[in-house]
Amino acid sequence: MGESNTVREKYVYSVRMVNVDKYFGNVQALSKVNFEVRNNEIVGLIGDNGAGKSTLIKTITGVFPPTSGELYIRDEQITLSHYSVKQAHNWKIETVYQDKSLADKQDLWRNFFVGRQITGPLGFIKVKEEKRIANDVLLNMIGFRGAGISVDSKVAVLSGGERQGVCIGRAMHFDADLIILDEPTVALSLKEVRKVLNFVHKIKDSGRSCIYISHNMADVHEIADRFVVLDRGTIVGNIKKDDISLKDLSTFLLDYAHGLKETKNS
Amino acid sequence: MRVYEEKRSLLVRIEGLPIIGVYCLLILVFIFTSPRVFTGYRIYMSFLQTVPPQLVIALGLTLVITAGEIDLSFPAVVAFSGFLFSYVYRTFGTPWFALAAALAGGALIGYANGILIARLGVPSIMATLAAQFFWNGLTTLLSQGLSWNIVTIRGQLIHSLFVGRIGGVVPAQAVWTLGIAVLVWFILNRHQFGESIMFIGDNVQVAQVVGINVVKTKISLFTFHGVLSALGGVLLTLEMANFWSTQGSGFLLPVMAAVFIGGTSIAGGYGTIVGTFFGMYIIGSLEAGVVASGIGGYWVRLVSGLVMAFSIILNISFKNKSIGEKWNKMLRSQAEKKRNKA
Ligand SMILES: Nc1ncnc2c1ncn2[C@@H]1O[C@H](COP(=O)(O)OP(=O)(O)OP(=O)(O)O)[C@@H](O)[C@H]1O
Ligand SMILES: [Mg+2]
Repeated sequence: MGESNTVREKYVYSVRMVNVDKYFGNVQALSKVNFEVRNNEIVGLIGDNGAGKSTLIKTITGVFPPTSGELYIRDEQITLSHYSVKQAHNWKIETVYQDKSLADKQDLWRNFFVGRQITGPLGFIKVKEEKRIANDVLLNMIGFRGAGISVDSKVAVLSGGERQGVCIGRAMHFDADLIILDEPTVALSLKEVRKVLNFVHKIKDSGRSCIYISHNMADVHEIADRFVVLDRGTIVGNIKKDDISLKDLSTFLLDYAHGLKETKNS
Repeated sequence: MRVYEEKRSLLVRIEGLPIIGVYCLLILVFIFTSPRVFTGYRIYMSFLQTVPPQLVIALGLTLVITAGEIDLSFPAVVAFSGFLFSYVYRTFGTPWFALAAALAGGALIGYANGILIARLGVPSIMATLAAQFFWNGLTTLLSQGLSWNIVTIRGQLIHSLFVGRIGGVVPAQAVWTLGIAVLVWFILNRHQFGESIMFIGDNVQVAQVVGINVVKTKISLFTFHGVLSALGGVLLTLEMANFWSTQGSGFLLPVMAAVFIGGTSIAGGYGTIVGTFFGMYIIGSLEAGVVASGIGGYWVRLVSGLVMAFSIILNISFKNKSIGEKWNKMLRSQAEKKRNKA
C-alpha cells in the first residue's frame, strides 16, 4: 500500500475523550470516561459483555454524540453537535464494527463505497471505477480467492469471515490514521485471525494508531501497547504492556468479570 | 463452466424479467381472446393515455417502499395539486404558474410527511394516512366539493406539450413518463441518493454507521414523491381538462399493486423501476382487456387478483435462491452432456 512512505502529521493524541458520559434513556453506558490514544499507539480496549466498549468507539466515530464531555481529535476540540460519521471519515478514522456494518441485500461493491462514493457531476456514481477498485482490494489486499464471490455478490451470501474481510479491506483502502477494530476476529479461522493481527502490526509499523477490541486476551496482549479496561461504563484499568504479563492481565480481568465468561484463551 | 454461470446470472440479472414476461403473456392472451381490439393500435394508445398519471406516482412510490416506508397520501396530493393547478389557472390564466403552484403543493405535502416521519418518528403508514385525510379534507373545503371545468387549457401550449398527441397519435404523457422512469431508474441505481435509499431500507443501523444522513434522505424522499404525485395530478387534470375534488381517490390500490407485482420488496432494500413500469401497464391494461375479451365486466376484479398473485409468485420464485441453483444445475448438466459428446 506504500503507507510507510506517507508523512504523518505531528500531534500528540490521535483521539482523546474527556469526562464523557453516555446515556441511552436511563441506562448509563459510559460514565466519566477519560480515554486517549496517542499518535502511533495501539490500544487494546477490553471488558465484559455490555461494558460499553462499542458505545465508547461509536462516540469517536460519530455514530452518536456523547451525552456530555469533550472530544479531541488530533489535539483539536470537536464541536459535538456537528460531529458525524462523515466528519470522522474526513479525520481519517476508519472502523470495522462488530456487527451491522454491511447491508445484506446490497451488492458488495456498494457496501465497499457507500458513504463516500466515487461520483461524477450531479452525484451520479461511477460504478465501473468503484467495482474495479473494490475488486482490486478484495483480490490483492485481503486475498479473496474466487469461491464464486465477486464484487457483484450480495453481502447476504458471504460467510462471517468474508464479511469481516470486506470490512477490513475497506478500512485498509481508505488509508486511515486511526483504525478502530471492534471484535474483528470473532468469526474467523486461526489463519484469518493471523492475517488480522498482522494487519494491526502493519498499522503500528506505518505510524498509525489503532483501537483494538477483543475478548481474546492473547491477541490483545500480542498487539497492543497499552490496555484499557472498561467495567460497566467506567474505566477501571489503564496498563502499559510492559507492566503486565498475559497471565496477570487475564487475572485482572477475571476480577472484574463477576463470575462471568469470556476469558477463554487465558 | 464459468460461461454457463454467467449465462444464468445474466438472465436473472435482467431487471424485471418475470414481470415483462407476464406483460407479454397478458397481451398475447388478449390478442387471442379479442383479436379485433388488440391487433389494432387504438387500444394501446388508450393505455398510453390513461396509465401515465398513475405511473409517475408509482415510480416515486417505488423509491419510498425501497426505503422501507410507505406513502398513502398520494391520492390526496392528486386532488390537492389538481385543485391548485385549476385554481391558479382560472384565477390568473397563467398555466406555467399553475404548474409551479401544483408541484409546490405536492412538495409541501411530501415535506410535511417527511418531517413527521423522519424527525418526529411517526410511522409512515400513520403519518401519511393522516395526511391523506387532512389534505383531502382541505381540498374538498377549498373547492367546496365542486368540480371545475378548465376546457380553455386545451388551447394552451402546456396542454399540447404534456398531453398532446405526437403525430396525432401517441399521447405525449406516455413519452414524458417514460423519460421520468429512465431518470428515476438512474436516481435509484446510479445516484448517491438512491444508494442511500436502498441502504436505509435494507438496514437503518448500517445506514447510520456508514455515514448516511437518514433524516435528511427520508425528508428528501417524501418530498420527491410529493412532487411526482403532484405531476401525476397535473397530467390527469390536463388530460381531462377538468378538476374534481375526489380525483385520484381510485389510485391508491392500483398504484400500490403495480409496485408490488413489479417485484419491489415490501421489506425494503430492493426496488425495481422496470418492474413498476410494467406492473403499472399490466394493471392499466387488465380492465380494458378483460372487458374487451367479452367475458364481462364482473370478471375484471377476479382476473386482476389472479394476475397479481401470479406475478408475485413468479417474482419470488425468480429471486428464490434454491430455484436459481436448480437452474444453475440444469445448465451445468447440459454443459457436461455436451462435453461428453465432444
Ligand atoms: N443503541 C442503544 N440503545 C440502548 N442501549 C444501548 C444501545 N447501545 C448499547 N446499549 C447498552 O449500553 C451498554 C453497553 O453496550 P456496548 O454495546 O457498548 O457493550 P460492549 O462492551 O461493546 O459489549 P460486547 O462485548 O458484548 O460487544 C449495554 O448495556 C447495552 O445494552
Ligand atoms: Mg461491543
